[in-house]
Amino acid sequence: MFKRLGDTGATLTLSVDGKPIRARIGDTVASAMLHAGIDHCRTTPVSGAPRAPYCLMGVCFECLVTVDGVGSRQGCLVPVREGMKIETQIGKREAGR
Amino acid sequence: MNAADLAPSYDLVVIGGGPAGLAAAATAARAGLATVLFDENPGVGGQIYRGITANPVRNRAILGDDYWAGAALATETKNSGALIVTGATVWSLDRTLTVGISIAGQARLLQAKRVIIATGSLERPFPIPGWTLPGVMTAGGAQTLLKAQGLVPSGRTVMAGSGPLLWLLAAQILRAGGKLEAIVDTGSKANWLRAAMYLPDFLLSPYFKKGLALLREVKAKALIIPGRQIAAIGTDKLREVDVDGRRLPADLLLLHQGVVPNVNLANAAGVAHRWDKRQLCFVPLLDQDFQSSVPGIAVAGDGAGIAGGTAAAERGRIAAIAAVRALKPGANVPDPQTARQRLQQEELGRAFLDELYRPIEALRQPEGDTIACRCEEVTAQQIRETARLGCEGPNQMKAFLRCGMGPCQGRLCGLTVTELIANERGTTPDEVGYYRLRPPVKPITLAELASIPISEAERKAVER
Repeated sequence: MFKRLGDTGATLTLSVDGKPIRARIGDTVASAMLHAGIDHCRTTPVSGAPRAPYCLMGVCFECLVTVDGVGSRQGCLVPVREGMKIETQIGKREAGR
Repeated sequence: MNAADLAPSYDLVVIGGGPAGLAAAATAARAGLATVLFDENPGVGGQIYRGITANPVRNRAILGDDYWAGAALATETKNSGALIVTGATVWSLDRTLTVGISIAGQARLLQAKRVIIATGSLERPFPIPGWTLPGVMTAGGAQTLLKAQGLVPSGRTVMAGSGPLLWLLAAQILRAGGKLEAIVDTGSKANWLRAAMYLPDFLLSPYFKKGLALLREVKAKALIIPGRQIAAIGTDKLREVDVDGRRLPADLLLLHQGVVPNVNLANAAGVAHRWDKRQLCFVPLLDQDFQSSVPGIAVAGDGAGIAGGTAAAERGRIAAIAAVRALKPGANVPDPQTARQRLQQEELGRAFLDELYRPIEALRQPEGDTIACRCEEVTAQQIRETARLGCEGPNQMKAFLRCGMGPCQGRLCGLTVTELIANERGTTPDEVGYYRLRPPVKPITLAELASIPISEAERKAVER
């Protein structure tokens, strides 16, 4: 859905649900996921519908992901770091968890 | 910068590092006020100058001169002596001017003598069928990706809506080598009649020539189609855009119908707001120095009503001069009259733009099972029916439907809910009012709250 313009600069690797993706210094978690072509970053707590980043400026809360074990972080406000572990969030409550 | 390194109090706390916040902090710091500026993003610039201090886009023509003008402002503030803290989220502000701040997982409560809220604007909700699908995004979101990360849409891209930003982004995408399948223009002919009376002022405004050139640039390269009914079609993600019954295959739909003040922090601090009939949004009640109804709190920039980035900087300066005069009457400050004159010049064409790009009712007041509240997945129909049952306002509506109670705290549904209730009850948005917001206005973890230092006396007051 998005391509990088010209010079890409220094890159680093993070993982999304265990799979490695390449990102660039200056990326946020949300921009890195969009560039990697990841369809959605969470499912909703009400209907379980998939959602992807919408505003990228910290107001819509659609890009909520788990970052290094901390849930519901706004992916568009978190700069990427080497080795960061991102998990997409399953919104609906699962019995027994 | 760690939270622990912050002083317990500052003369002036500026919240938001866009043009208003940058100009305010620079003006106050140069006059000798102990000034701190907080912004939750990785860098300053706000949305208009997003990524200005670390921009990956080498070809300056893509973003244009108006964007790069922000670099001077960022440098001015950096050299002013103001403490600039990025990655810092303000989650609370109250009438005693206590500011709750969180930086890298550590929270603090600071005391301010004066506060300038410069939290700017956000894009007006665009509630159409399917707007929650992956692949549907705001135009501003795509512009952020371009400015800060150098990312350009690569699939089949459709833009839809109205307003200056839509055309600016279209030009930027095209200059960057991106392709647009179509731009769906939701503008209304009736708007031209309403706008015409403000045309003489607009001809004198700096936006006239720029706007015309921009429209010409985009129209020469992109397919423009008029549209009134728009829907995003797909189940798991966007597949097509429906424009008045015509289907366009698409991977990305970028929506925009103007920007509105981001009222959350000011509202939570108790600042009084009113409905602005021309801009169709709530704006804070302010005096000529941008001081709000809460003593010591000013609101500058687009948060005070939409006027654009250059006007925002002038508003920031005026608000900061007032803060300096209140706290340090002897200090040397610029004459606010100069800033007021520049502000007046900037605001000259605004009425024309507001009327010309007034979003149509069908795209502000949805019907049927179109989602109004994205977080809690509440439909327009549910809100309309509940209003007809007797629910009088957005706060009561929360109790019925939970709309506005999800993580975004009404930012993406507040105006829609207010307008729907007003429409169903035959009253005005001013009468209906807005959500009553409360801190924390941004989510913080319990660990962050627990990191706030407490005194022995405070501990003894609650321990037995």
